[in-house]
Amino acid sequence: MKITRTEVEHVSRLARLALSTEELDSLTGEMDAILGYVEQLATLDTEGIVPTAHAVPMENAFRPDEAKDGFTPEQALSNAPDAAESAFRVRRVIE
Amino acid sequence: MRYETVIGLEVHVQLTTNTKIFCGCSKDFGQTPNSQTCPVCLGLPGALPVLNQQVVELAIKTGLATNCQIAPRSIFARKNYFYPDLPKGYQISQFELPICEHGWLDIDLENGERKRIGITRAHMEEDAGKLIHGDSPQTAGNSLVDLNRACTPLLEIVSEPDMRSADEAIDYLKKLHQIVVYLGVCDGNLEEGSFRCDANVSVRPYGQEEFGTRAELKNINSFRFIKQAIEYEVERQIDLIEGGGKVIQETRLFDSDTGMTRSMRGKEEAHDYRYFPDPDLVPLVISPEWIEEVRSTLPELPEVKRGRFVEELGLSVYDAGVLAADRALAEYFDACVALGSDAKSCANWIMGEVLRKLKETDTEITDVPITPELLTGLLARIADNTISGKIAKTVFEKMWQKGQTADQIIDAEGLKQVTDTGAIEGLVDEVIAANPAQVAEYLGGKDKLIGFFVGKVMQASQGKANPGMVNQLLKKKLTGN
Repeated sequence: MKITRTEVEHVSRLARLALSTEELDSLTGEMDAILGYVEQLATLDTEGIVPTAHAVPMENAFRPDEAKDGFTPEQALSNAPDAAESAFRVRRVIE
Repeated sequence: MRYETVIGLEVHVQLTTNTKIFCGCSKDFGQTPNSQTCPVCLGLPGALPVLNQQVVELAIKTGLATNCQIAPRSIFARKNYFYPDLPKGYQISQFELPICEHGWLDIDLENGERKRIGITRAHMEEDAGKLIHGDSPQTAGNSLVDLNRACTPLLEIVSEPDMRSADEAIDYLKKLHQIVVYLGVCDGNLEEGSFRCDANVSVRPYGQEEFGTRAELKNINSFRFIKQAIEYEVERQIDLIEGGGKVIQETRLFDSDTGMTRSMRGKEEAHDYRYFPDPDLVPLVISPEWIEEVRSTLPELPEVKRGRFVEELGLSVYDAGVLAADRALAEYFDACVALGSDAKSCANWIMGEVLRKLKETDTEITDVPITPELLTGLLARIADNTISGKIAKTVFEKMWQKGQTADQIIDAEGLKQVTDTGAIEGLVDEVIAANPAQVAEYLGGKDKLIGFFVGKVMQASQGKANPGMVNQLLKKKLTGN
């Protein structure tokens, strides 16, 4: 087994996914198969190879520090499920 | 049992760019909620971040000033967690390959010793938005999300667990604060959250190598509160252990009203961030040339300045410390000295009259009406005995009001010191004649009375007589030789 049911449960909780028992079972099987497949990569000799951080061989894409117009608050909130006082309104977050 | 405190600090420094780290939105404090947003910082689908080059420059600058090694290659990573102030569901940060590593700062301990505090790393990241807990009829029971701060550039500076008391932690923080403000990479405003500190605090029995379990104290916005929070937390942990309990690793919030820390519930399971390289951002490669270019823009740092003031200009360690603590003040002082002011008297004047007047009129040193040229002019007139130090204070006041030179004020007000022997002699004679009783006492051996006579003569001259000459003439006349 590359992944256990407990791990799938843990990851689903981190991803805020409410999965049924059946879904957990089938996902555990599928993810196990995927990870098993990907594990073939581990047979390659990667000694001395710098870990790839990006698929495109490119570096240093910069933007100058110049302000540009963005959204108005109305535009920013236009897709908000709920808004009040120029802000996104959500369930109270207790700290 | 005796316990030893172990503290490591994580400081979030908000960088002084015009725009956010990955988009062109402004990042001014205190604007209408969500008025500084765009598809990138709102995390809208398809929007792509592009790194602000100025953020990299400021990060390199800070790294160099804190003795860090600048990584030739660094990458950005996603830190995944859900919270309403984080629109994308992840924060773009740096994980495996941060831009700065292996730095240090020296702090001066009370016993005069110097202690080196290691800096593990400093990495660039974006800030989250701000949550406001509603209290109007419309919003009671809700939280409001303002994303103006989302994507604001931060440099998180992580120290080694090298501090052994709240005082050491504060020393380190103040030093770091001074440096970032000196560099101009941060405005240093604690209240507005431009310089935020999290403290990792643990205790262990003296002599034990292994660290105790730590608690993380979050987001405390003043040096005083940080000290209070650490001291409270240390006591709490010791009490807990002494009582047979165990410290658990958790995040705790400091409540400035009660002076206590309390557990932050509901975050227990969240600390599994599943970092991975952000595919939206390409690696950052910094050449040695770039580093040297940034190095050449570094100002003289406070510690170096202080040393120079002591060694080259002969100031006391205390005076040098006061002047070097504030970059603008230090530059003002340097400018005066460069114009020919005597360093010691100049330092005295700045720390005395100039600072007093700045405070009184609520003025910043950068807006001081008495420029280094004007102050130097005033000091020159004291040095050449044109005016006494006392009259100089009057001249200083007038210069402040009118913005004129010392010479202009001295001429216009007729404040030139009287050094004409004849004129002073006249006054001395008058004073002696008017105070026969004191003269008798003086002649009877009460030498201290000379001060009384000098005072009287100075008064009669409206402060303009040369005190040295007055003294001399008085002694001569009183004793009759």
